[in-house]
Amino acid sequence: MSAIEETLGQTVAAVEVRKSSMPTVARLVLLLGLLVIPLGVSDFVVFQVTTVLIYAIAILALNLLTGASGQFSLGQSAFYAVGAYTAAIMMEVYGVNYALTLPAAGVICFLFGFLFGLPALRLSGVYLALATFALAVAMPQIPKLAVLEPWTGGVHGLVVNKPEAPFDLPLSQDAWLYYFTLSVAVVIYWLCANLLRSRTGRAMLAVRDNEIAASALGVDLSLYKTLAFGTSAAFTGVAGALGAIVVQFVAPDSFTFQLSIAIFVGMIVGGVGWLPGSLVGAVFIVFVPNLAEGISKGLSGAVFGVILFAVIFALPHGARQIADWIAKRLPR
Amino acid sequence: MNHSNSPIEARPILSVRGVTVQFGGIKALNGVTFDMQRGQVLGLIGPNGAGKTTLFNCLSRLYQPSDGDILLEGESILARKPAGIAKMGIGRTFQNVALFPTLSVRDNIRIGGHCRSRGDLVSDALRLPWVLREERELDRKIDEIVDDLDLGGVADREVAGLPFGTQKRVELGRALAAKPKVLLLDEPAGGLNHEEVYVLGDLICRIRDAYNLTVLLVEHHMGLVMKIADHVVALNFGSKLAEGTPAAVRSDPAVIKAYLGSEAA
Ligand SMILES: Nc1ncnc2c1ncn2[C@@H]1O[C@H](COP(=O)(O)OP(=O)(O)O)[C@@H](O)[C@H]1O
Ligand SMILES: [Mg+2]
Repeated sequence: MSAIEETLGQTVAAVEVRKSSMPTVARLVLLLGLLVIPLGVSDFVVFQVTTVLIYAIAILALNLLTGASGQFSLGQSAFYAVGAYTAAIMMEVYGVNYALTLPAAGVICFLFGFLFGLPALRLSGVYLALATFALAVAMPQIPKLAVLEPWTGGVHGLVVNKPEAPFDLPLSQDAWLYYFTLSVAVVIYWLCANLLRSRTGRAMLAVRDNEIAASALGVDLSLYKTLAFGTSAAFTGVAGALGAIVVQFVAPDSFTFQLSIAIFVGMIVGGVGWLPGSLVGAVFIVFVPNLAEGISKGLSGAVFGVILFAVIFALPHGARQIADWIAKRLPR
Repeated sequence: MNHSNSPIEARPILSVRGVTVQFGGIKALNGVTFDMQRGQVLGLIGPNGAGKTTLFNCLSRLYQPSDGDILLEGESILARKPAGIAKMGIGRTFQNVALFPTLSVRDNIRIGGHCRSRGDLVSDALRLPWVLREERELDRKIDEIVDDLDLGGVADREVAGLPFGTQKRVELGRALAAKPKVLLLDEPAGGLNHEEVYVLGDLICRIRDAYNLTVLLVEHHMGLVMKIADHVVALNFGSKLAEGTPAAVRSDPAVIKAYLGSEAA
């Protein structure tokens, strides 16, 4: 077993049991905060915060795969791309309403993830990480294929129209998209939290913790591993679809494996297996690169690396460590 | 503790017929044949390496015998997928406890109920009303098991940090949650002290009666086997050496010889 695999394995194994991931009060305060954010800030900031929510969904989806079923993926950008292209093609080529593209992206990506999960069953740990990495590297080439160009727009990509707020709501397009994304994020969070405390979620945790014991108890290992892949891909696809709508543009090079790495980093920074950490991870991957650029334009990559290193060094279990620290000191 | 079998129950609940397992050159099991009657505690004994765990692994479909058959209530289990065995009614514990270390005691036992519940991906994600009902029902059953096994004090603790003896009880509880007909216990007394072994013997008999079980008990601890087994099968080098009442097997010259070869029985 390689050192990487061991370290990653430990990160996953460190996921501990928690009845409720966050106290209700904390959840309400967070939701209230998210509701008032777009008030009185520029459209660009609203756009940035919307991006944070979209990445949070993608990180949440990876958390479901890695945190619950213990499988690694560096291929999330591929599922994200499929979701983004699904939305863009449906809207621009077939004139479908943007809201309807989300469930479609979810279903298509579920099937894609489920099917990818089948061959991936033979792999685990770093080998699975490599196979998913290969998927991420291959994906940006697909929309450039000549046969697909009428739909994908080839290297030039597709421009997507920005939807207006419905029902004459007094909201700018950006503010509306923010609230739309927030609603989707809340629903997906709810679905993930439900799953983790259900029969299906427990079966995934069982597979992660001990395959032989899980099998002896009637847990179909292949089924739950591929279901985890499918579900993770589905939510990542929804994030991709939202991304296409919000950024108003899809092109092959928006979905390189660097996106997968960013999602992976976000998960680690937030805390593997801790769902609320996904939001923290998303804030990190959206704002810290900007911060790094602000510190030094020429060395922004190096500055980002140093910050990331410092965070992982200080908080090996990510943001959940801070949450645990606070929880321990709060009066009961 | 002997069972007088009525004619209706005469059909064995589990039949092991000529089961053979080979690992490279070694025959870990060589045509092993025996029957288990409903409600029995059958003790499976034999020196280290005799093939006891290998037989368990065949019964839970982790190993595929190269020859022979295993019938549960007349139906071959060898045609089933490993994941189907729990639902058929075979539950087990492991020689070296195989729990889900990062999960709580309660969640470990809950996973035992997997094969007796139906929640699917979509219904679970939406937490549909029937899923909630099923979860509540499961929780009631788990509460009972937790009580029966005296795990109330640690029910919400992560299992990784619990003492070995407690972990063994958690594993037993997890097996019970699957409502097995036949329960396989692989050296449940291993690592326990004298007093704990004594308590364990009572516990096994108690749950056998309370949960209507037939128990296949692999054990090194001769005192425990002699005390609770109705019937004993002795293995050595993968073959059946002797079979009969505990007293008969214990005084069988071949068994004494096999044990003297490795350790004193
Ligand atoms: N997975 C395996 N691969 C190779 N040999 C094995 C395997 N499992 C068991 N054996 C061998 O089969 C024989 C029986 O082992 P086992 O069933 O564990 O004995 P027991 O449980 O009676 O002590 C031993 O010689 C053991 O080395
Ligand atoms: Mg053994």
